[in-house]
Amino acid sequence: MAGNGMTRRTTLRSGAGVIAAGVLSAPMVHAQGTGGTLRCGFWDHWVPVGNDVMRRLCAEWGQRNRVDVQVDFITSVGNQNLLTIAAQAQSRSGHDILSFPTWEPAAHARLLEPVDDVIGRLVAKYGPVNPIGEYLAKRDGKWVAIPAVSGSQQKPSLARFDLLKQHAGIDVQAMYPAANQTGPGVDQWNWDNFLIAAEKCAQAQVPFGLPLGSFSDAVDWVGSMFRSFGATLVDERGNVTVRSNPAVRQVLEYAVRLCRFLPNDVYAWDDASNNRALISGRSALIFNPPSTWAVARRDAPAVAEKCWTFPMPAGPQGRFTPYLPYFWGIWSFSRAKPAAKALLEFLSEREQAEAQTTTSSGYDIPPFNTMTDFKIWETEGPPTGVVFNYPVKPHHHAQQNIAFAPAPAEIAVQGYNQAVNTKMIARVAQGGETIDQALNWAERELRNFARG
Amino acid sequence: MSADTLSVDTRLAPQPGTGSLRRFTRRRSTIAFLMTLPLLLVIVCLVAYPAAYGVYLSTLNRTMERSIGLGNFEILFDTDTFWNVVWQSCIFAITAVIAKALIGFWLAHMLHHIPTKGQRKWRGMLLVPWVIPPALSTLGWWWMYDPSYSSINYLISIVGAPPVPWLGEPIWARAAIIIVNVWVGAPFFMIMYLAALKSVPEQLYEAAAIDGATGFQRLRYVTVPMMANIISITVLFSLIVTFANYDIVRVLTNGGPRDLTHVFASYAFQVGILSGNIPRGAAVSLFMLPILAVCAFFVLRGVTRRNKEQM
Repeated sequence: MAGNGMTRRTTLRSGAGVIAAGVLSAPMVHAQGTGGTLRCGFWDHWVPVGNDVMRRLCAEWGQRNRVDVQVDFITSVGNQNLLTIAAQAQSRSGHDILSFPTWEPAAHARLLEPVDDVIGRLVAKYGPVNPIGEYLAKRDGKWVAIPAVSGSQQKPSLARFDLLKQHAGIDVQAMYPAANQTGPGVDQWNWDNFLIAAEKCAQAQVPFGLPLGSFSDAVDWVGSMFRSFGATLVDERGNVTVRSNPAVRQVLEYAVRLCRFLPNDVYAWDDASNNRALISGRSALIFNPPSTWAVARRDAPAVAEKCWTFPMPAGPQGRFTPYLPYFWGIWSFSRAKPAAKALLEFLSEREQAEAQTTTSSGYDIPPFNTMTDFKIWETEGPPTGVVFNYPVKPHHHAQQNIAFAPAPAEIAVQGYNQAVNTKMIARVAQGGETIDQALNWAERELRNFARG
Repeated sequence: MSADTLSVDTRLAPQPGTGSLRRFTRRRSTIAFLMTLPLLLVIVCLVAYPAAYGVYLSTLNRTMERSIGLGNFEILFDTDTFWNVVWQSCIFAITAVIAKALIGFWLAHMLHHIPTKGQRKWRGMLLVPWVIPPALSTLGWWWMYDPSYSSINYLISIVGAPPVPWLGEPIWARAAIIIVNVWVGAPFFMIMYLAALKSVPEQLYEAAAIDGATGFQRLRYVTVPMMANIISITVLFSLIVTFANYDIVRVLTNGGPRDLTHVFASYAFQVGILSGNIPRGAAVSLFMLPILAVCAFFVLRGVTRRNKEQM
C-alpha cells in the first residue's frame, strides 16, 4: 500500500464516497427511467372479472406513462375497506389512491387532494356529474374525490315479470321495454298501485321482498320512498324536520300499511336476504342491482329468464332510484398526486368506463348521464334487455337518490348507517309504537347526530 | 435470595477503579427492571397506549379537530339508543355468564365422574365449540336461524309447530344471541372447573362422608368453597369477554331488529367506524370500563380475602 501512495484511511474514505454517490443518485436514475410508483387500493369487486379489468387498465396506463402502478383490491366484506381507510387516515400513510364508499369522501375531506382540475376536464367532455355524486364528493366548493365507475350501483325494481303480470296485472316489460321509450301504464307505476300489487302478491304467497333492517338495501329503498313523498328528515342546513314536515308522517303511515303485505321477518333481513327471496322464487319483486339476476342466471336459470329491471314507483314528489356510488380519492399525503390524477382521469373516460361496466355485466354505473347508453345494457340476458332500464335514462323521468340527502353529509352518514328511516317504520309496524312516538325518537336521534 | 448468591454478590462487589456503570448494571433492581422491560414494553405498547389514545379520542369532536371534553359522554347520556345498549349489554353479559357457569359446572361434574380413558374423548368433543373461531361457528348458527330458511324451523315444522322468527323478533333475537354465546363459552368454564375439581383433595370428601354428609352437602361445603377462587376468576374473565363481545351480534343480527340486540362493541363499531364518528364510538367503548372495573374490584377482593383465610 505504501508503495502506491494509498493509505488504508484514503481507501476507506474513497470507498465510502463511491457508495454514497451511488445510493444518492439511484432515485434520480430511477426517476429518469420511469414516472415512479403509484399505489392504488381499489374496491374488491363482487364480480371477479371486475378486478381484472381494473388491473388491465392500470397496467395499460402505467406502461404508456412509464409508471409502476401497484394495485390492491380491498374487500368491503366485514367493512375491511372502511377499516383500511380509517387506519390510513390516522397514520397518514398507505396508498396514493383509494376507493371510498359512499359517505367516506365527506368524512375524510380534510385529508383528500382536491380534484377540481380532473372533474373540470371530465365535465367538459361528458357533461355534468349526477347531483348525488356532487352532493357526496364536493365539500366547501371543492371536489375531494372523483365519482367512480367501478363499484357504483343503483337499486331499481328487479322483479319477476311473470308473477307481477299473473297476480297483480302489471306488465312491466310493456311499461319499460328494452328501448328508449316507455309503454302503457307507466303513469300508473306509483306507490299507491305498488301497495295494491304488494297485497295481491302477498295473497299469492310471493310477497315483495323489501328488507327493513339496518343494512344498506333497506335504508336505500326506504330513502327513495321517503324522497318521493318529499319526506326529508333533515334539511340542507342541518335542521331536523321530522315533525315539521307533514310528508314524513304521510310516508310513515303509508309504509306501515305496506308492511302488512311483507314477510314478517323483513326487520331482520340483510343485504342477501332479498336476493335469496327472489332467486328462490318466493318473492315477486325486490329493489336491487342486477347482481341478483346474475346469481340467478348461474343458480336458478328458470328464475333469471323471468326477471326484469325497471325504475322505482313514483310518489307525489317524483320518481327516485337508490344510488350508491363509490369514489376514487387521492390522499393529500400522497407523493404521486399528478400521476394519481392522470390515472383517475384515464379510468373515468368513456372508453375505460364502458370497459368496466361491460366486464361487470352492466353492474357498474358511470357518474355521467351521457354514459347511460352502453351496449352491455341492451345485450345482456336472458331475457335480452333484462338490465336495459338499470341505469337511470332520460325517458324514465327519474332521479338518483341517496337516503338522508340533502342533509349535511356528516349528519346524513350517521342517519344512514344507523338506519333511522327503517327503524322509524319498524318501531310502528313491528314495535307497536304510535307514529308520534316514532317521530319523537327519530327527532332526538338526529338532533344528537348533529351535536359534538 | 440464598446465602450463596449473597456471597457471590459480595465477591462481585465493585473494586476500586471499577466504573459506576458496572455498579449500576449489577444492582439487583436494575437487573430486575431489565428483565421485566420486554413485558413492560408490551404492556405500554399494546395496552396502555391504545387505552390512553382511546380516552384522548373520546374527548374530540366529530371531525377530530378540537377537544370537547366530556361532550361525547354527555351526548350519549341523552341518546335513547345508547341507554338501550347499556341495558342490553348488561342483560346479555349477565345472563350468558350465569348460563355458561351453570352449564360448565354441570358438564365438569359429569366429566369428572367418567373414567379417565373415556373422559379424554368427551373432553375433546365438548371443547369443540370453544376451539372453532367464533365468527365461523356463528355463521353456522346464522344459517340455522336464517329468517327465511332456518333449519331449526324446518325441524320444528316436522312436529307441526309454527316457525320461530329467531332473528326477527326482539325477544327471540336476544335469546338467539345468548344461546350462541353460551354454546361457544360454556366449554371454557367446563375445562376450568374440571381442573379445579381434580385439585380438590379426596380426603375432604372422605371426611365429609364419615360425617354423614349428603351429596348436596358435599357440594355445598366441600366442592364449592374449594373451587370458589376459580369460579370467581372464571366468571370475571368471562364477564369481561362477554361484555366486549362483537362478532356474534355482528354476524347474527347487526344489532337489529330496531337496535334491540346491540351490545357495546357492536354499537361502538356502528357509531365509530360505520357512521364516521370515531370519538363518539370511542366514548361508547370506554363506557364498559367503569362497569368492568367495579366487577373486577369486587371479584378480586373476594379472591384475596379467601386466600388470606386459607393461609
